[in-house]
Amino acid sequence: MIRQNRKNVKRNTGILIALLIIVLVILGLLFFFEEEEISQREDGFRDADAPIPEEQIGGRIENGIHAETGLIEGEGLKLVIGHCTACHSAKIITQNAADREGWKKMIRWMQETQNLWDLGEHEDIILDYLAENYAPKKRGRKPPLGEIEWYELKN
Amino acid sequence: MKKQQSRQERRKFLRKAGISGFAALLGADIVFALPRGYIPIALEAKDPQSLFGKHPDMVTLNDQPWNVEAQAHLLDDKVTPDDKMFIRNNGLVPESIDVENWSLTIRGEAVNQEKTYSLKELKEKFPKHTYQLVLECGGNGRAEYFPPADGNQWTIGAVSCAEWTGIRLRDLLNEVGVKANAIYVGYHAADTHLSRDPNKEPISRGIPIEKAMEDETILAFQMNGKDIPLVHGHPLRLIASGFPASVSGKWINGLSIRDKIHDGEKMAPPSYSIPCETVEPGTSVPNEKMCVIEKMPVKSLITYPKIGAMIKEGQKLPIRGHAWTAEERISKTEYSIDFGASWKPCRTAAPKNRFAWQHFDAEIDFPKKGYYEIWVKATDNTGAAQPMLTPGWNPKGYINNSCHRIAIKVT
Repeated sequence: MIRQNRKNVKRNTGILIALLIIVLVILGLLFFFEEEEISQREDGFRDADAPIPEEQIGGRIENGIHAETGLIEGEGLKLVIGHCTACHSAKIITQNAADREGWKKMIRWMQETQNLWDLGEHEDIILDYLAENYAPKKRGRKPPLGEIEWYELKN
Repeated sequence: MKKQQSRQERRKFLRKAGISGFAALLGADIVFALPRGYIPIALEAKDPQSLFGKHPDMVTLNDQPWNVEAQAHLLDDKVTPDDKMFIRNNGLVPESIDVENWSLTIRGEAVNQEKTYSLKELKEKFPKHTYQLVLECGGNGRAEYFPPADGNQWTIGAVSCAEWTGIRLRDLLNEVGVKANAIYVGYHAADTHLSRDPNKEPISRGIPIEKAMEDETILAFQMNGKDIPLVHGHPLRLIASGFPASVSGKWINGLSIRDKIHDGEKMAPPSYSIPCETVEPGTSVPNEKMCVIEKMPVKSLITYPKIGAMIKEGQKLPIRGHAWTAEERISKTEYSIDFGASWKPCRTAAPKNRFAWQHFDAEIDFPKKGYYEIWVKATDNTGAAQPMLTPGWNPKGYINNSCHRIAIKVT
């Protein structure tokens, strides 16, 4: 009888310890995830009142394209990433095209109305980069429909 | 310190938002409970499908700020569902929406007294109205202009016609009391400027007082019978169809009744403005020679079939789509299979209400095998019709209403 009781106590203690471990693991995981989430969010919500420091800009290039931003590799790339993508996505650069004067106009507009800072000695390098890599390509007023994916349409 | 504060803010937001808040954010239901403080991984994602519940074929033009457009065939529904509605943002989507404490303050030099209403009061105090209303971005079609115009390169998909429910702006303004010198209503909203400067509004546009007093100009709190999705303006959005969609401000928490044209952010040229007198393509136009766009031009879209259909000789081809105008109504839609040499009529349905798009359809016989383009042209009650070429060039590439076309092969 006593032996039986002792056995029961031993088993209960075992279960209790196992439960305690599970609870600790869950708490630990929750804490870990929460911390990780928050630090990720912090990154996404930095103040955009200065260029991104160069050491924070990754440099992986694939087929002549900067992997993280989609920008064309070239002299001035890191300056463009640092000054331009602190505020907005690089996609607004890659989808646009203009000559040097056109890009300069956009920069002036951003400086006058959108809190962009003075680019100082970087301005010329940035303008050269944009005018070189994102120049307008001549096209007609209603060019042919391109890149059509043909498919069979059944009634 | 700052980090600590923002962490506390976030916790506060999480407690307030709860699961339903996340569901609104994600555009989908979350079926299992989340531990407090846990942010779903989808919020970290950089695609509009997991973030906003958008259709996978929607095209992302920009992800900071978010700008996403539809393709023609995605807009085939008579009433645009939220997963196929384009996203246009000038700033960052608000992080936290406190529906319980949301309020709207009406102020300005042309209002009798400043007055604040809670969202609940707005919903309970005024009669509700539901309309199908077209929203089209002023820059829809910008990608077609040459020389290129800067900005998001919208092709044809920055347009929608959802069903919006809310109260008439007129009813609200009449209760608040507007002075005789009121000429413009500007909006203020809860979004954040890209620079994160808290003193800067990303966009604060507006409408002339006559537009504010129209039946279909509403302060909406529902889209397609449900709370407006976060990215489309939850919990309160101004809808003024027929004008560039930028006047239909999202996340509205203030209105200014002005005795002059509202001078908020993105009201001044060159934003949403075109040269007062037409110019040669590529001309540099000074701001004082630019005029703010009001009415959007007549336009149409072929939503079926998807471009690239191949059919057998002798097979009839059904086509359909929508046409819309800022005027009274679309009076006719026509199609051409010979590059505009000849036009044949489509059937055109009556609009559900003013500013709803009207559905057209036709069945086409092709004379012989070959490559064809189907072009559609809409004409409205004023006699205005769509051009086949891009219309007058303007520096920012607005109001391109040239005909839509799709390619077909008969084999």
